[in-house]
Amino acid sequence: MKRIFAYLLPVLALTAVLSAPIPAAAQAGDTQAEPATESPPESASEPAKPSLSALLTRLGDASFDEKAAIVDEIAASGDPQAVPLLRALSGGNLYVRASDGLAAVSKGEEGSETYTSLTGDPVEAEGLEKVRVNNMLRRKVTAAVSRLGLLSPKADVRLTSARAAFLEHDEEMLPLVEEALAKETDSGVKTALQQVRAAIALTSSGVTDDAVVAAIDVIKDRGDEDARNLIKPFTESENAKIKAAAVRAANAINTSLGYWAAAQNAWYGLSLGSVLLLAAVGLAITMGVMGVINMAHGEMVMLGAYTTYVVQDVMHSIAPALDTVSLVVAVPMAFLVAGLAGVAIERSIIRFLYGRPLETLLATWGLSLVLQQTVRTIFGPTNKTVISPSWMSGAFEIGHLTVTYNRLWIIIFSLAVLGLMMALLRYTRFGLQTRAVTQNRRMAAAMGIRTDLVDAMTFGFGSGIAGIAGVALSQLDNVSPNLGQSYIIDSFMVVVFGGVGNLWGTLVGSMTLGIANKFLEPYAGAVLGKIFVLVFIILFIQRRPRGLFALKGRALEG
Amino acid sequence: MIGTRIKSAVKKGTVAAAFLLAAATSALTPIQSARAADSGTIKVGILHSLSGTMAISETTLKDVMLMLIEDQNKKGGLLGKKLEPVVVDPASDWPLFAEKARELIQVQKVAAVFGCWTSVSRKSVLPVFAELNNILFYPVQYEGEESQRNIFYTGAAPNQQAIPAVDYLMKEEKVKRWVLAGTDYVYPRTTNKILEAYLKSKGVAEADIMINYTPFGHSDWQTIVASIKKFGSAGKKTAVVSTINGDANVPFYKELGNQGIKAQDIPVVAFSVGEEELAGIDTKPLIGHLAAWNYFMSVKDPGNADFIKKWQAFTKNPKRVSNDPMEAHYIGFNMWVKAVEKAGTTDPDKVIDALIGIAVPNLTGGYSAMLPNHHITKPVLIGEIQGDGQFEVVSKTPGLVAGDEWSDYLPGSKDLISDWRAPMSCGNFDVKAGKCLGAAAK
Repeated sequence: MKRIFAYLLPVLALTAVLSAPIPAAAQAGDTQAEPATESPPESASEPAKPSLSALLTRLGDASFDEKAAIVDEIAASGDPQAVPLLRALSGGNLYVRASDGLAAVSKGEEGSETYTSLTGDPVEAEGLEKVRVNNMLRRKVTAAVSRLGLLSPKADVRLTSARAAFLEHDEEMLPLVEEALAKETDSGVKTALQQVRAAIALTSSGVTDDAVVAAIDVIKDRGDEDARNLIKPFTESENAKIKAAAVRAANAINTSLGYWAAAQNAWYGLSLGSVLLLAAVGLAITMGVMGVINMAHGEMVMLGAYTTYVVQDVMHSIAPALDTVSLVVAVPMAFLVAGLAGVAIERSIIRFLYGRPLETLLATWGLSLVLQQTVRTIFGPTNKTVISPSWMSGAFEIGHLTVTYNRLWIIIFSLAVLGLMMALLRYTRFGLQTRAVTQNRRMAAAMGIRTDLVDAMTFGFGSGIAGIAGVALSQLDNVSPNLGQSYIIDSFMVVVFGGVGNLWGTLVGSMTLGIANKFLEPYAGAVLGKIFVLVFIILFIQRRPRGLFALKGRALEG
Repeated sequence: MIGTRIKSAVKKGTVAAAFLLAAATSALTPIQSARAADSGTIKVGILHSLSGTMAISETTLKDVMLMLIEDQNKKGGLLGKKLEPVVVDPASDWPLFAEKARELIQVQKVAAVFGCWTSVSRKSVLPVFAELNNILFYPVQYEGEESQRNIFYTGAAPNQQAIPAVDYLMKEEKVKRWVLAGTDYVYPRTTNKILEAYLKSKGVAEADIMINYTPFGHSDWQTIVASIKKFGSAGKKTAVVSTINGDANVPFYKELGNQGIKAQDIPVVAFSVGEEELAGIDTKPLIGHLAAWNYFMSVKDPGNADFIKKWQAFTKNPKRVSNDPMEAHYIGFNMWVKAVEKAGTTDPDKVIDALIGIAVPNLTGGYSAMLPNHHITKPVLIGEIQGDGQFEVVSKTPGLVAGDEWSDYLPGSKDLISDWRAPMSCGNFDVKAGKCLGAAAK
């Protein structure tokens, strides 16, 4: 840690130069004065120093150790372009032309990127070579840039820098932190900086007992793992006062973390439940409403995922600007593709097998293998890349709970699909006919409903919903011919547990299983957790053979 | 009681039958090879799944073998005869592997077989190769603890992949806390057992090792990634050593990326993730995560450039990637060709003897040699994932590492050695007891 800091002193000097317009520049000068005496050759005013471009010519072919040394020299060069250059370097966007050391920053997608120089002028791609970085370099550059960020004019940059500084809490950072704290106006950043200062106080020697107690109190408010780890050593302190404060703080953190852990499990459970719901809801129609045991249901999900891939690919070649919405376009397309496949399957195979569940099971099982191999032959056996749009990547935090955007969207999406399906069955003519056929086929036929057409449409509808599920699952799982296989068992489990033929049962069933699974997993592990859930379902079905919500349907009866 | 007696009687019966069959086939072998010689071609068996779960990885290896055989035929074949590939599809079904191996050897009369991916498929064909006395080249990194006369292991043993990777993390990334995450089957379990023993021998405390197993094809990684994050926030540098199997990796890495775990904070080093697997992932969030292999497509070497050019032309796909098991087949095939030329025959007994000591160029700029324990020498490379789905080599062992079949870190195996040369001819010789354990040990 200290060694890295020594490398960074020149960067600090650079900060001082760069932050000249900021009112407190004089103070920055003070912090600079001390390190400058330690490393005189690197001082910003030294005239005999290699120019930036001379350094850059060497960067291209250097080994990682040499690159690290060059990074130090760049940071020490005092060149105003050093900061954007380092940022581009850590982001892997830095290109250098070996002939004259011209640096360029790439923007845009792989294969269609454009290059600009550090001052913003466009640069020809000819002769540019990417500067490769490894973790060691990335850490080094990030640390350098984030320290510069403590004095940034932007509050959000200061906040991320302060958070990074908390994790480092290096003793030698104290003057910089104090300086930043003195002129900080934003209350959020101020708290973060105070925590950094407290963390430094807890880990450095020669701090008074009162200061330690005060620091523990400040750290306590963070209430996270890092805080607990910082405080932990003091719970065995010989000083009674410190020990009491530390134990109190540790207990408070433990309690609050316990609640957060439960909240996290519940959230993960909901998220797993929503995936189960998506996978099962189409099956709830075909099996629940129609009574067809469709083992090829998973392959409908797979078809949906492959449709997503094709749509994304086609849209990317026609209109690259619309990449972010290709998922939205894929939803109706996947519904159509899987739905049409479903209608074709119903007309060509299943309609001859109504009332013969065992034969249906075998026929659709065989069909699932045929579909898998067909897709494998057309698209190849390897995974296909479906890119996550920016609005589905990353995460945000609520307290100590990390919520990832893709999971959040999938929960919303699954509930929307379920709601739409229920509305369709409840309020449309198609839904009315489906329900009529389900309840009493002969009477419905006598009323003039074309039952065979309704059968085909209902099966197609259920398959189409499975296709939509495939769009969502392409964001979480592999897009490979085996995609469907991993969901078929779970789907049957949900439908049977929830009660065949009842969409509310499917909702409650999937959420119950999801949450049960996630509360078991931390204690039992993923493998045992799943086994426990299966055992639970077996026992449950013994007690209530018709699932949570039993409903009268025309099939799967007696 | 009666049941057990009958069972054991049946068992004895099968063992006796197997012995008889083995004796019969070994007597027949010269006739077989003589017959194969008449037909004018030498048949080479390819035993890789072309359908089912493993097709994703194994189909590629079938294509590589076809390319290598086509290439060899262009050079004039072998012993003046053309090579003829015989492709069968064991469909990711382990017992079917044994059946198809039997078909290749008995019906098709192949001279050697290149195949298998999972350890369980290899274990399933082992008795068939021993019984019918043929040769199998196995191209995938595996858990070790095995050495058979009829099998040649061209993939990495644990000391050629797992241990150097852990060494790299200790030395370069200063890792003090370890998560060993794997899929729940034999390879990760054995590898993690070896790694755990190794880490403890290096002074890592029990509390600083977290071991986690997940089912095949696990897709919901939220809880595990969160617990890794928690484990990693204890103030010591943490790394994940991943033996997670192919299919489950995509959702795992996606979850890592989404929960914001960067390689700078908690690097993940993987033993089953190569260029092929990365082809299905957007690698931008994964930049900096590591993999340990004996070959990377990005290695700058004229032999490798030539191989990639041929491969992309053969598959008619200019973006097709190459990976480590492909290189293993490249090495294994060339070794077999050289050994057959040296022995002047495809008779398995002579080729098995001739193979030991054969050295052929590998694709990373050196030579790999077949050792008496039927494992090969390889360099170990550590690569970091780049934004374009390739690996950038950040560390390479100075010399070649000899494959060690019996791990030095497991109590049951550290006294065992394997040497298939004439006087010893044993796959599990106990140095302490001074005797060959033979088939009884397994």
